[in-house]
Amino acid sequence: MNLAYRDIRHNLGRFLLTCMGLGLLLGVVLAMIGIYRGLVVDALTIARAPAIDLWVVEANTRGPFAEASRIPGDIREAVARIADVTAAGSVTYQTVEAEHQGSKLRLYVIGYELTRPGGPPEIAEGREIARSRYEMVADRSSGLTLGERIRLGRRTFTVVGLTRHQVNSGGDPAVYITLADAQKLQFELAPPAARVQLARGTSGASLNTVNAVVARLHPSASPDATAATIRRWKHLAAITQEDQEAILSRSLVDRARRQIGLFTSLLLVVSAVIIALIIYTMTMEKLKQIATLKLIGAPDRTIIGMIVQQAMALGLIGFTIGTALIVGVKDYFPRRVILEPDNVAVLGLVVFVVCLLSSGLGVRAALRVDPATALGG
Amino acid sequence: MQLKRISKHFGEGEARVDALREVSLEVFPRQVVALLGPSGSGKTTLLNVIGCILDPSAGSMELDGDLVLRDGEWQRSNLRRLRLDKIGFIFQFHNLLPFLDATDNVAIVQQLAGADAATARKRASALLDDLEVGHRKHAMPAKLSGGEAQRVAIARALANSPRIILADEPTAALDSKRAGIVMDLLRKLAVEHDATIVAVTHDEKIFDRFDRLFHLRDGRLVDG
Repeated sequence: MNLAYRDIRHNLGRFLLTCMGLGLLLGVVLAMIGIYRGLVVDALTIARAPAIDLWVVEANTRGPFAEASRIPGDIREAVARIADVTAAGSVTYQTVEAEHQGSKLRLYVIGYELTRPGGPPEIAEGREIARSRYEMVADRSSGLTLGERIRLGRRTFTVVGLTRHQVNSGGDPAVYITLADAQKLQFELAPPAARVQLARGTSGASLNTVNAVVARLHPSASPDATAATIRRWKHLAAITQEDQEAILSRSLVDRARRQIGLFTSLLLVVSAVIIALIIYTMTMEKLKQIATLKLIGAPDRTIIGMIVQQAMALGLIGFTIGTALIVGVKDYFPRRVILEPDNVAVLGLVVFVVCLLSSGLGVRAALRVDPATALGG
Repeated sequence: MQLKRISKHFGEGEARVDALREVSLEVFPRQVVALLGPSGSGKTTLLNVIGCILDPSAGSMELDGDLVLRDGEWQRSNLRRLRLDKIGFIFQFHNLLPFLDATDNVAIVQQLAGADAATARKRASALLDDLEVGHRKHAMPAKLSGGEAQRVAIARALANSPRIILADEPTAALDSKRAGIVMDLLRKLAVEHDATIVAVTHDEKIFDRFDRLFHLRDGRLVDG
């Protein structure tokens, strides 16, 4: 006779409500873990998108994401000629706000050379940019659709392709345009400003400026060695892909990551305390029944089994509800929530351990019950 | 059942309280006896000692011909098993487990003693029939009347055919008519099961249903 099951069945509605409450709490914990993972992955997405080995940026900077970087566009030719470099491309990055359906839309505009590294990783819908002017590949999270036209700066672009999950570390959706369009968007002055500069005699600034040059290396080449070669030019900095990812994850989103990490840890502690209280209260409500069981001869293992099984059932059902809830709603979050199986498994393990430890409190109380308390009123 | 010079005190020095002072009594099979006395006289303490759930300070006790206590020391290491095999309990408020139906409330005692579920349920069902609550065997305790619940509790006390049944105010929650019926039932069961029944009670209207009355005052047996 499974006493834990019988007791749960007897108070099924109340037990399920408790499980649901716990499930909501664990769902919030899972959501925070997912947001934390999403933040880290989002931060790395744009850096990983071009699938390159080396970032060449302005000297003494850690650009183009952590710090501003501007270098002449013709650096790409010089980088491409270095031994072990198989391909190189110039890229620009900038954030713009555009009008879209009556509201402001923040976009992370990436300019790249059509036949060189730096473009979108995969087109989910539509096609890549084919014309050299005024075409755009946008991320789906921007809300832009194929064929839609949107004004960036002084020019109107047509969306010809869509990507998935291409956002910057701030969560702004990425859009890809040609390098020439991006340079005009970023560096070309508006006519009145150009006239002012002309009057000052400083109108000769070149538009051929980029934020970085990205390079792919031969598979057998050492990125560190090639980076060292480039640094020797003195006026440039070279960052390997590995270092760029470290900068993004440890520097750029570090505070946000730690903030969410700390909040998640606090939530876990709160969840543990609540689980312990629920199980302890469930046990305290049954002290008279436990005393009766002890008096009629039930061994301690029967009573321990009842409490531990109920604690485990509570944790398992609560965790399942929480997981199902977050899996069901995670796509509605404004930023990406990434639930990886190992994260879910680790939380499941934590819930299991917490339930086990919490049931220890209940077991301790139950084992201290004097069977004599079953006698009398 | 034989008790010799059973004493029990709580605390030491000035805080010492003597709950039982050298209580000796002997009760035979098929006898139904009552422990009487004012509040604090030691009735419940004595019931707890007989039920092997309270360690006495001194004395000896024989249950069903088995010396279980000698000079204040238990002679059996597993008192839980002793309770399960030889002692049945009936409570003032029945103390049925609310999450088990009537049959399982009776069957659980046998299952704790090692019986398989089918055998335990079969005997539980027979006991409930004997006690004329067979028609309520699938009812949960909350759905039973006071009298029905008390009968189920009595069936549970009898489940392992104990030699001694300890009853704590068995009729306190019943009206006088039902109290009489329960006492008649206990008397009948004592004879049928060759058991000794020891009840703590304040219920004067059922005093005449007992074979012997043991009066306790300040922890001493003053009459019996």
